[in-house]
Amino acid sequence: MPDAAANDIPTEDVPEGAAVGVRAGQAHFFADLDQSPVLGAVDAPDESSAPSSLWRDAWVQMRGRVLFWVSAAIILLVVLVALFPGVFSQTDPRFCDLSRSVGGPEAGHWFGFDRQGCDVYARVIFGARASVTVGVLTTLGVSVFGVIIGSLAGYYGKWFDAILSRITDIFFAIPLLLAAILVASVFSESRTTFLIAGVLAVFGWPQIARITRGAVMSVKNNEFVTAAQALGLSRSGILLRHIIPNAIAPVIATATVALGTFIVVEATLSFLGVGLPPSTVSWGGDISRAQAVIRTSPQLLLYPGAALGLTVLGFIMMGDVVRDALDPKARTR
Amino acid sequence: MAWYAGRRLLQMIPVFLGATLLIYAMVFLLPGDPIAALGGERGLPPAVAEQLRAQYHLDQPFLVQYGIYLRNLLTGDFGMSFSRRPVADLLAAAFPTTVKLAAMTLVIESVAGIGVGLWAGIRKGGIFDSTFLVISLVLIAVPIFVIGFAGQVLFGVKLGWVPATVGSNVSFRTLILPAIVLASASFAYILRLTRTTVAENRTADHVRTATAKGLSTGRVMRVHVLRNSLIPVVTFIGTDVGALLGGAVVTEGIFNIPGVGNLLYSAITRHEAPTIVSVTTFLVIVYLISNLIVDLLYAVLDPRIRYA
Amino acid sequence: MKNRRIAGLTAALAVGALALSACSSNGSGSGDETTPAAEGGSTGIVTAWGGEPQNPLIPTNTNETSGGKILDLIFAGLVYYDAKGAPHNEVADSITSDDNTVWTIKLKDGQKFSDGTPVHAENFVKAWNFGATTHPDVPQQLSNYFFNIFEGYDETTVCADDACTEFAEPKATEMSGLKIVDDLTFTATLTSPQSDFPLRLGYSAYYPLPDSAFDDMDAFGENPVGNGPYVLDEWTHNIEAKLSPNPEYQGDRKAQNGGVDIKFYTELEPAYNDLLSGQLDVLDTVPDSAFGTFESDLGDRAINQPAAIFQSFTIPARLPHFGDDEEGHLRRQAISMAIDREQITDVIFQGTRTPASDFTSPVIDGWSDSIPGSEVLKFDPDKAKELWAQADAISPWDGTFAIAYNADGGHQGWVEAVTNSIKNTLGIDAEGKSYPDFATFRTDVTNRTITTAFRTGWQADYPSLYNFLGPIYGTGAGSNDGDYSSPIVDKLLEEGLRADSVDAANAKFQEAQEQLFKDLPAIPLWYSNATGGYSEAVSNVEFGWNSVPLHYLITKQG
Repeated sequence: MPDAAANDIPTEDVPEGAAVGVRAGQAHFFADLDQSPVLGAVDAPDESSAPSSLWRDAWVQMRGRVLFWVSAAIILLVVLVALFPGVFSQTDPRFCDLSRSVGGPEAGHWFGFDRQGCDVYARVIFGARASVTVGVLTTLGVSVFGVIIGSLAGYYGKWFDAILSRITDIFFAIPLLLAAILVASVFSESRTTFLIAGVLAVFGWPQIARITRGAVMSVKNNEFVTAAQALGLSRSGILLRHIIPNAIAPVIATATVALGTFIVVEATLSFLGVGLPPSTVSWGGDISRAQAVIRTSPQLLLYPGAALGLTVLGFIMMGDVVRDALDPKARTR
Repeated sequence: MAWYAGRRLLQMIPVFLGATLLIYAMVFLLPGDPIAALGGERGLPPAVAEQLRAQYHLDQPFLVQYGIYLRNLLTGDFGMSFSRRPVADLLAAAFPTTVKLAAMTLVIESVAGIGVGLWAGIRKGGIFDSTFLVISLVLIAVPIFVIGFAGQVLFGVKLGWVPATVGSNVSFRTLILPAIVLASASFAYILRLTRTTVAENRTADHVRTATAKGLSTGRVMRVHVLRNSLIPVVTFIGTDVGALLGGAVVTEGIFNIPGVGNLLYSAITRHEAPTIVSVTTFLVIVYLISNLIVDLLYAVLDPRIRYA
Repeated sequence: MKNRRIAGLTAALAVGALALSACSSNGSGSGDETTPAAEGGSTGIVTAWGGEPQNPLIPTNTNETSGGKILDLIFAGLVYYDAKGAPHNEVADSITSDDNTVWTIKLKDGQKFSDGTPVHAENFVKAWNFGATTHPDVPQQLSNYFFNIFEGYDETTVCADDACTEFAEPKATEMSGLKIVDDLTFTATLTSPQSDFPLRLGYSAYYPLPDSAFDDMDAFGENPVGNGPYVLDEWTHNIEAKLSPNPEYQGDRKAQNGGVDIKFYTELEPAYNDLLSGQLDVLDTVPDSAFGTFESDLGDRAINQPAAIFQSFTIPARLPHFGDDEEGHLRRQAISMAIDREQITDVIFQGTRTPASDFTSPVIDGWSDSIPGSEVLKFDPDKAKELWAQADAISPWDGTFAIAYNADGGHQGWVEAVTNSIKNTLGIDAEGKSYPDFATFRTDVTNRTITTAFRTGWQADYPSLYNFLGPIYGTGAGSNDGDYSSPIVDKLLEEGLRADSVDAANAKFQEAQEQLFKDLPAIPLWYSNATGGYSEAVSNVEFGWNSVPLHYLITKQG
């Protein structure tokens, strides 16, 4: 591509906010003019009102959908269980009687007993807090940090991209296990859910960053971006208002799946002895405990696994709904 | 573009230094004494532990250790493992196996993930879409050690279709089951990503225009929907290449695959700095190259993206 | 002793596993029950479970079981151990002494290394001197301490200071206690009388080395040449070691198969699945998840018999409330009586562990389940509560009782069961404390920075009661991680070593254990069983005293 050099020069040299002409060599004018977001930008040049209307529109769109209410109900339930486990179970999840090891369900113990003779139902209920905290906090951390780094790298390009992307590469290559062992050993007395979420977030953001960067690079060449630039919007304004909303779909898709994997990764870390301390009740910990009796009592995997699956389902559906609602193309129709 | 690629290759030098320094520092900071474990339950007399520390330069300050490692690296010496074996030999033995496994995994997860994702995205909300939502939920919620174990017992032991483990016999037949197991987690990601972007792009203006122009559905899907949807998917697969070549600790353990994951895991539990740093440095390079390829693919997938 | 099921092949094994026939230490006779049928050997190649050796295959530098397993097959020592742990002369013709201090060792004539060179007295003496000599700038051979019983050892390994934090140049490279008389005879002079000396000599540290080894020990470690029943044909690192029968070998352990392929595993789960699918012939250890099923999966091909492995947890006396005083003793006894060992071995281990009744192992000659004081190992919740209350009267308890373990060793299940048992019985907080890996765990134990009780286990190097006691509970001993010190125990151990017969020695060792039961420096838990199995393709599988199968006996049709 010998002519490639011409492309980035304008955005590179022109001061922020200055008008940039429509680029040469771009021939992707598929949209009808009245469908183009350019009109939206013209109608709403006031910087403060546009984001709020974006979210207001999204809300209007979302509340009309059954899927939204179903996923909201699941998430609400999971959050309530995590916040107030005592309401859902009065049994002590840490009281274990070996004589009831892998006992079947009975009155007051709906899910039976695990290998140590602890009540499985109580452990699923009380395990929600640690697991949901790890899953949600990590996902939030990873998404916020990954989107910031990724969009800056993708949007500003050049050396900015080079530096941010290479840092991303370094973090990618550090084995999570090494980091987890390091943190677990240094903080052996105080391995809280927040600490584990922090470790997972610090070493989990590169993937979201890469995906955001790719999506931003693809979106920033769209006509409406060029148009917004022509209208004199600041570069940060364009990034926040036009590019990120249009590039967010793959991020949401990845993040909602990642939420579940983070909870499972915590299980693997617990299994390897570098996750939450064994005295903390969590779904992950119980999933890894169940491995020891997988040949004889596979049902012990079912309950924490199903709780985890339900939680992830809630977030995936919610992610879908939010994405649809944020999609400008879906909205204007 | 060649200039761009060249520049990217040059960037590897600072990344290489930064990564090795960071990882070496992390291993150095691990609180356990690697030598303490070499004596087993019995432990080592202090003087012997001291000798061994000196042999592996563990008695030196951090920067000296790192300096020695770098200097040796320049002469092609990757250091010695605690089993008195050159790390270069360990790497040379482990990498080919992991590369084979990673290649098979990538093919499986890409073909299955993109294929199903495309269909699910087109028929968004339909039976097919919902079925695979549930399947991917199961794959996410069930840890890989369970999937691997179940697969091994079912296909390796009960049905006997494939050998239960790999061991010395690294072949397509032995690797296919581990590759499917390994692909299962990323399959869920690729499926969701493809489905979401396809669903989004289907409503995009240029696609509707293309449909309006009377292009066949197949061609619209191939050229306009899929191609434009692939950027996030390709990005994900690119990041997965590195992760797979880093070895799958759990899967390699389950199927007794003598690959990088096993090597790295045992090195980490032994706090064996030369092996850990050498393996991860290799990985950094793998990441750099795979990310470069992904970036170049962006330009192929979306002609508007260009590199200077 | 319950749940001791032996899927044995021979009646001799079933009896012998529990009650060792009192073999004389000079056991030169051939134990006729275990002598293999020399005829009727098979030609099939047996695939066996193993792991990558952690060090080059040099006998004096191997201190772990993966390397030891291969060494035991490619080398022959002065004696070998039969399935019951009784020593029989292998290379030695006789090992005799009048005073248990100066031993005369005569070798059988005509024995050769696989490279054709003869096995002479010099090969033993040079190998032992090599193992005993420490140069300050070359790391010591890991099995060096096995030679500290010989006179002159203090000249070959010399400490630079009193605390021995560094080594000085050796004053000699040959121990004065070893003297070659002729090609087939040498004498060994010990620093003190050792009644169990011949019993030690089957351990890998005491194997002979061919002359070629001393030319380049590093190269030898990669391609060892031995005098044992097998030859190492190929060692593919991290994958497998291929062994074939050694035609030069003339001893009792003649290979009954066409060779042994030792396949290396890092996990037990895949090895077990390989066994079930017929890809692996012999497995020494079944994974936790198969404890409940392996005997039904394998039927009479399952093996579950006591082994020379003792498990406990140590409570260092420096922990508050657990000092070497009345309160500490009361609390230790209360903790011990609060653990329902029967239930835990039944439920968690599914009968693959045997509740401990002493500090050693039932497969060792001289073991007893009725040492006075061993009642503290019985589960007695009322007594436990009572003792704990008495201790509380001296100084009230607060806090959490924790047992530390390394998470990479599969200990979580039993640690949780034990702490739950303590918690439920005594009504105190008790929990497991996990360390990510053995290195980190070991560092805290070695540096005495560990602030909780911690798991301890011991697998015997050679089948002797002393090996379970001296290295662990002797004052200042190498593995005395709890810093236990009792003049009574020290004196009895010393007297036991000086005793002129193994029986007299064992009586002293039992007496020492009486004191251990009073002080409880470690809380005995159980003996690990040898749990393994074999495929339909092989027969004649027997497990040795050290829970390693006797590979040379296995037959497989080729």
